[in-house]
Parts: sequence; C-alpha cells; structure tokens
Amino acid sequence: MTDIDAPRTDLRKAGDEGLDAHLVVDRGSFRLDVTLTAAPGDVVALLGPNGAGKTTALRALAGLAPLTDGHLRLDGTALERTPPESRPVGVVFQDYLLFPHLSALENVAFGPRCQGVPKAEARTQAAAWLDRMGLAAHAGAKPRRLSGGQAQRVALARALATRPRLLLLDEPLAALDARTRLDVRAQLRRHLAEFEAVAVLVTHDPLDAMVLADRLVVIEHGQVVQEGTPADIARRPRTDYIAHLVGLNLYRGQAQGHTVRLDTGPAITITEDLTGPVFVAFPPSAVTLFRDRPTGASARNLWRCEVTGLETHGDQIRAALGGELPLAADLTTVAAAELELSPGAAVWATVKATQTHAYPA
Amino acid sequence: MTSLDEPGAAAGPRTGPPRRRRVGTGGRGRVPLPLLLPGLVALAFLLLPLLALLVRAPWGSLPDQLSSTEVWQALQLSLVTATAATAVSLVLGVPLAWLLARTDFPGRGFLRALVTLPLVLPPVVGGVALLLALGRNGVIGKFLDSWFGITLPFTTTGVVIAEAFVAMPFLVISVEGTLRAADPRFEEAATTLGASRFTAFRRVTLPLIAPGVAAGSVLAWARALGEFGATITFAGNFPGRTQTMPLAVYLALQNDPDAAISLSLVLLAVSIAVLAGLRDRWMTGA
Repeated sequence: MTDIDAPRTDLRKAGDEGLDAHLVVDRGSFRLDVTLTAAPGDVVALLGPNGAGKTTALRALAGLAPLTDGHLRLDGTALERTPPESRPVGVVFQDYLLFPHLSALENVAFGPRCQGVPKAEARTQAAAWLDRMGLAAHAGAKPRRLSGGQAQRVALARALATRPRLLLLDEPLAALDARTRLDVRAQLRRHLAEFEAVAVLVTHDPLDAMVLADRLVVIEHGQVVQEGTPADIARRPRTDYIAHLVGLNLYRGQAQGHTVRLDTGPAITITEDLTGPVFVAFPPSAVTLFRDRPTGASARNLWRCEVTGLETHGDQIRAALGGELPLAADLTTVAAAELELSPGAAVWATVKATQTHAYPA
Repeated sequence: MTSLDEPGAAAGPRTGPPRRRRVGTGGRGRVPLPLLLPGLVALAFLLLPLLALLVRAPWGSLPDQLSSTEVWQALQLSLVTATAATAVSLVLGVPLAWLLARTDFPGRGFLRALVTLPLVLPPVVGGVALLLALGRNGVIGKFLDSWFGITLPFTTTGVVIAEAFVAMPFLVISVEGTLRAADPRFEEAATTLGASRFTAFRRVTLPLIAPGVAAGSVLAWARALGEFGATITFAGNFPGRTQTMPLAVYLALQNDPDAAISLSLVLLAVSIAVLAGLRDRWMTGA
C-alpha cells in the first residue's frame, strides 16, 4: 500500500484537493455520464429514481465498475486505472455487507489489516472506531446479532477505519425501519459532519438527501439534471421527478412579461417579469378548488379540471386533477366533503399569481 | 390433520365418499399402490445386499481376518491415498471452482461441462486416458520419464493420481455451487477495504464457503476411497504399493471369500461414518 500511496502525495498540488470526476460508463442500452466535483468536507448526495445510474456512479467511484471514458481525480491523483483495493475510498454498502464470520471488531480491523497495520494495532484502532460509534459493548458480536442501526454504524466504522479520502454511502438508510431511521439519520449526519474528506451518498429519498448532504446532484437516465443546495433544488425544481419529490406542481413554458404560455396550451399568470423559456412552480396548497366557476376577478389563473384521484396526505386530502392543466391540489377533509369531490367530478381550480414562482429554464 | 384441512373439503358436494376415506391416513391421503409397491421393492433392493453382507459376515474369524498384514496394508494404503487425493483435489480444485464461479471468459460453460466429465465417465476409461497421458510412453509421461526419470503408472503416486482424477470433479462441483450461492459482493466489500482479490478470497470467501468445501471434500474422499476402475487400470494391483481396499476385496473374492466379506464390512463401516458426518447436510435435508 505504501508504495502506491507515495506518488499520490507527490502529485498533490495546492487547489487540487477533493474530488474531480467525470464518470462515463457505457453498458449497452444504458449510458451514465455525470460530472461530480466536491471539496474536502463536502457531503454530496446523488439523488435519483431507481435505475437512474446512481449506484453505477458509486461503483465507478469505488473502482468496482470500470470507466468507459472520463476521468477520476482525488486530491489531484488520477484514480481511473487504480484497482479498488488501492483507492483511498471507503464504501458503506446498502445492506452493509459486514463479513458474517467476523465479529464487529474484526470487521472494522479488516481494512487496517489489509493496509499492513499489525494485528494488535489494527484491533486497537478498530476498538477506538467502535467506541466513537457508541458500539464498544458490541465489539465481540457477530453481525447477525446486531440490530440494523448497529450494523450500519459498524459498516460506517469499517469504511472510516481505512482513513479514506472519499467516503461512499449507498442508500445508507434504506435497510432501516422508519423508527430506527430517524435516530440513525441524525447520528449519520453528525459523523458525516465530522468527516474531513469528501463524502458522496446515493439515495432515492429526498429527505435523507436534504438532511445529510450540503449539495444535491439529481440524476435521471444517467445524466445530471440538476444540482445545487437542498434549499435551491426544493425551491426551483427543473424536472417533474424533482418537483414530485419536493411536492410542487411544475410546468415549463414561454414567458412574456407576466404571462407564461405552457407548451401544452394553457397560460399561467406570474408576478415575475420574464422572457423566454421558464419553469413555473407552485405548491398544491396554493390551489383553491370550486365546484362552480368562481365570479371573483382576483384569480386570473383559472382552469377547468377533472378529479382523477384522491388520497390522504398528512391531515389533508391531496387531489390529483386532470384536464386543461394537470395539477395536484391540497385541501382540508372538510373542504373535500363540501365540494363533494370524487374521481370524475368536474371542478374549477385557481391559483393566485403571488403564490407561483417562475424562473428561467 | 384431517380431510377438513384440505382445500375443497368444505366445498360441500365435492367432498363425497372417496374423500372421506382419507380420514385417518395422516391427512396426506392414501399412498397409491403403483407408487408404494415399486418403492418398497427399491428399498429392499438397496438394503438386502447390505443385509446379506452382515448376515454372511464371518463374525467369529473377523478379528483374525482384519489383523492380517495384507488387510492392514490395503486399508492403510486406501486411507493414505484417498486422503492425499482429497488434498490434491482441494489444492487444485478449489481454485478451479473459483475460476468457474467468479470469472467470465469465452467457453466457460463448455469448460465446466468438461470438468464434470469424469463424473460420468466410466472410471476404466479414465484409467486408460491417464495411461495415455502419463504412462511411460504417454503424451506427458514420455517427458517426465526422459527428463526427470519420473514414472507414475503402477506406483502409489499413480493411485493418488487416478483417485484424484475421479474424485476432484465432485469437489469442484460442490465448491462451485457453494460459491455461486455465496454473495460475490462480500469480495467487493473486501477489495474496497484494501484487500487484494486473493486476500479477499482467503479471508472472506473461503470462510464463507467452508461448509461447501468440507462437504465436497468428504464426497471426494469417499469417491477416492471406493475408486476401482481407474486405479487398477493406471496403477495396477500390487499389494502394499497400489492395492487399495476395493482392489483387495475384488481379489480376495476369488480365493478367500471370507476375507472379501471382512474387507467389505470395513468399507461399509467407513461409508456409514461418512454419511453420519454429512447427515446435517443431506440426511436431514428435505
């Protein structure tokens, strides 16, 4: 390991710290092509639907899937031809993959041992890591005797024990039940905040991504469709997938002054003064429904719709509407009952211009 | 566990008299005669010869029979060669199983089929093939003889080779199956922790597949212990050197049937011991 690590240090240049990757993986019908950069201390979440290529990207970073093209530099060292065992990369796998025949302590000591640390020293280091994770009492336990949350922390300790410069987490919370998840998410957030190098996590859960990461990179069909801070992405989604994740109605159209003519026909009045291709977003709670055409002039955004589905959403009812403008609307149970909403019912939907948010596409 | 447990039993009219007869037969219905009779015949066919062996055994002279030098020689040779053949199979067969299970190369399926060929090949043919390859005039044996002065046929080493040839496929198939069932991502996890592929195999995969390796070894060992055709063809039948138990049994049957029975009893005892060792894997399996 040492002779592989040495040139890395020599090649390191000021300003080259962190991750600089352009990952291209061609697999017949599927092509992943994403650019990913991060500074030490960053926590980046790759967010995307199933099959978007998130896990492929992670495997490419770890060296488990070969790059077809592109590059991968970590702290200034090119890694694209380095085999996984020689990369300063740690991975927390989705189902942890703790070695079932080894105790928690031996699992954590495995990495240091492979790096040539003497056995006793490796075990001391592993014990220290388990202690940091609050697992000192479980050091001797085999993985099958650990709870999901404990196993997750052992997996994190095992990955961190190799002192990686890039930590990869594949759906770190997916294997946990809802109650454990809350605790583990909070702990993981703390451990990631303490981690001094780059962390990249893959998730399809927007909440995990927004709680754990400083920056989101949204991937669809192997491409980056949007990246930014969680707040930015939640406010200005650029694809239906993200809009759905953050619970917004999203439309794309051509703006002219305060009017946006959608590609599908109808127009939306906005408060911003914009020209050219734009996105318009508004939350389902901004939509008001009427059984009969409202007579007031205040609502200029008025569409005739048909209820296509109803579901409870927290203490609200979320109505899916089709027709002129497909949208989601939230209303109280009382309001839904008064409107006698049922699938197939015809309604009028209005949205105040002040509750829409438009931004250039 | 009556007919009421069965689907359709509550369906009124359909639960006619034929169904009612099932009550009291353990809830599984009456065993059909066309299956019961042949099954019992098969059972008798498999067990009666073994029973005959026990009935006709010269129990009185058994201690004398078994304490003869020739018997001990054959038994010792059998145990040593079978164990050596198993060791050879382990050292070479486990890596082959790994290659077959974990790597991808053109013709892998064909190669896998070739590896299993000795499983179905008549052992005598295997012995002939070994002679043609490793005999003094064989394809490889020629060079072994002229370059190194090594002759393999009709030696104890030849016995080990013949047994390993026949037994190794059992081990390879068993280990390969276990490897395929084992999650290869454990190896990936090990490599991300800095383990080379070999270290990952040694420290992670091998412990995980140990039960499969053990079972394959026992199978291979039992097969090697009983090996006859390839051994007698390739290694001959020299007492103390290449005469293993099965060969001794066969030879004894010609002039000393009691000795043959005694030897057979020993092999039977060994086989039962092997089965007992495997019972957790196969005998309780359903």
